[in-house]
Amino acid sequence: MKVWKRRRIAGAVAAVIATSMTLAACGGSTGGAAGSTSAPATAGSSGASGSASGGAGAAADQGVDDGTTLTLWTRAPLEKQAKALVEAYNGSHQNQVELTVVPNDDYVAKVGAAAGSGQLPDLFGADIVYVPNWASQGLYADLTDRIAGLPYADTLNKGHIDAGTVDGQKFVLPFVLDLSVMMYNKTLYSEAGLDPEKGPATLAEFADQATKIAALKKPGVSGTYFGGNCGGCLVFTWFPMVWASGEEVMNADGTESLLGGSAAQQVYSTYKTLNDDGVIGDGARDETGATWVAGFQSGNVGVMPYPATLLATASESVDVGVSALPGVDGGGSTFVGGDGLGISKDSKSGEQAWNFLAWLTSDAAQVDVLAKGGDVVSRSDLANNEYAAKDPRLVLINEIAGKGKTPVALNFQSAFNASDSPWLTLVRNAVYGGDSSVEADNTAITSVLAQQ
Amino acid sequence: MTTVTAPPPVTHAPATLPGPGPRPRRGRAAAGLQGWLYALPTALFVGFLFIAPVLLVLRMSASDWKLFTGDNGWNLPVNFENVTSNRFFVSSILFTLQYTAIATVLLMVLGLGLALLVQESTRWKSFLRTAILVPSALGLASASLLFYALYSPQSSPFNPILRWLGVTDSSVSFLGTPSAALWSTVALIVWRFAGFYMLLLLVGLQRIPGDVYEAARIDGATWWQTFRGITLPLLKPSISLALILCVTGSLLAFDQFYILTKGGPDNSTITVVQLIYNQAFSGQNNLGRAAALSVIVLGALILINALQFKGLKSEDQ
Repeated sequence: MKVWKRRRIAGAVAAVIATSMTLAACGGSTGGAAGSTSAPATAGSSGASGSASGGAGAAADQGVDDGTTLTLWTRAPLEKQAKALVEAYNGSHQNQVELTVVPNDDYVAKVGAAAGSGQLPDLFGADIVYVPNWASQGLYADLTDRIAGLPYADTLNKGHIDAGTVDGQKFVLPFVLDLSVMMYNKTLYSEAGLDPEKGPATLAEFADQATKIAALKKPGVSGTYFGGNCGGCLVFTWFPMVWASGEEVMNADGTESLLGGSAAQQVYSTYKTLNDDGVIGDGARDETGATWVAGFQSGNVGVMPYPATLLATASESVDVGVSALPGVDGGGSTFVGGDGLGISKDSKSGEQAWNFLAWLTSDAAQVDVLAKGGDVVSRSDLANNEYAAKDPRLVLINEIAGKGKTPVALNFQSAFNASDSPWLTLVRNAVYGGDSSVEADNTAITSVLAQQ
Repeated sequence: MTTVTAPPPVTHAPATLPGPGPRPRRGRAAAGLQGWLYALPTALFVGFLFIAPVLLVLRMSASDWKLFTGDNGWNLPVNFENVTSNRFFVSSILFTLQYTAIATVLLMVLGLGLALLVQESTRWKSFLRTAILVPSALGLASASLLFYALYSPQSSPFNPILRWLGVTDSSVSFLGTPSAALWSTVALIVWRFAGFYMLLLLVGLQRIPGDVYEAARIDGATWWQTFRGITLPLLKPSISLALILCVTGSLLAFDQFYILTKGGPDNSTITVVQLIYNQAFSGQNNLGRAAALSVIVLGALILINALQFKGLKSEDQ
């Protein structure tokens, strides 16, 4: 800790000296490489390869790049983005990041075991909904001052930053943003006589369009699909429909469930009707999340809430249309999910790890790696980047990122994501059960959320 | 290397032992030490890999021990109270017992039936033995994933076949209802383990001397009489072993349910070990409670195995 503090003080002093040098570079970068600041901008973005003065600037503002080997853990759903980011960083820096990708279901156990034995890697990601809990348990190092020192701090995705803020201290930066959006199969829409350029604008339109796709009665093709036995999938796809309707899913502290509200009830009853009418694909009822995206990807689902990170993959086999997740009477929202990334409490290379984190939020990583790969950027000032501009779907996704939310609750995992969560019980009772037990089930969620 | 380590006992012996007679104390001590040294690897193995973990689990079960923050001090008996009042505690025990009963009966009957089938020397013997045993070579997790694909409506070959045969118009949900999920998992387990138990019982069958059967045949015993009077009693050691393995394995079922159902649908297939896992890693992140439940399961297993041994022994007498 002492070493860490000394380094932070040294870093802060150096930051003051270097800020004047780098501010111009960062300010100039949004406008492109042209102009008189292009030389320092290039030095800043390329990291280690700069001159002596450029190197000092990097050391001051962006941690240390001295050839240290850093370890980074992430979970499997973000493998594509994590690999691309690490590859780009390793190619342009002396520090080298060793990436470990852990299966999604094993991630909490692996992090927990490592945290208990003081063997966490230098950097590790966390599903953003777990970040409040993990940060409050002291798994991450405090980054408050460093994040405040970033010239673009105000543009970083608010949902992720808020989720990573505990008692005023900030612990994580957005690693990869995963948004839920409505995706639809344009080919099937045309076949069903629907406008392939217009996704559903209200919950009723969604149900109507899904029903029309199912009415095609093509073998293996269903109107829509969802993870009926997957709490995490349901949180990701249904919460935004409640938000888009102007209602909340929890109170501000994340200690009381509001999922018995009228908008939420509308969502449940819409899916119940779709299920009763046979519009939902086979297997949704026992879908634990392992294959919930497969049907759409193989062209067999008409329209469904879907992760934006999989747009590029889905587009390989399907002509995909994208719209915001609608509310009962319109509107649009999204669940700003994905992972936050922070420096672990056990890291002995905090300065070097910060070098990676600072680079992660730079133009070089956000635009040249994430946006280039068809992914969402985590800085609002880069939403209209050159790559997104080529694809209107990406522009839309970047735009709704600002409208979305990241729910914050200490007991999020046990209340919603766990396989035996009361949220899953609520949904299954509401969609597959005979009698409505939403209110009682909602109270059960609250009792888990309120646990200390 | 051996020439360096071997001499000391030889050189020591003549110095203290001039002639024949009772072994002096030092010699006995050396022999005792030697015995301890021989036992040491096993003792270390058992100590480090069994006794130490069990002691740690006992310690954890009596402590407020969280996954992320570690030990926060003793709290006996809070973990045990929390675990026994868990809403899935009773249902998970009942489900585990139900699953154990079904799996054990099916595997024992099928294992013995298959062993009797492939025991006779026929042309197909080798082929049958191999075919039945092959699934046992597959890891349980791999087998579960394979069955997950077979059961998943999106990839299952069963539904198109059933539709083609005209058995059903819609697709069958293999994991969608509590009973379907249970029996689908049992099917996987039977497929995966029947060959293993067949092999175990086959070894026992082949150890029964042919003369006994010959004598029975001369006495005019029927097949059923031979089976009840000779095969079953002489096969008892193998059956006991198979039974203990099967019951213990089924009571500790986890992988198959974790992969196929994750305890669902509607929390209907939560086994005791799944509950331990949930306490430790899924939401609760409470290792103390998980350890408390593990201690309860350990106690139950010791009791059940002791009863099984006692029962089998008393039958022997």
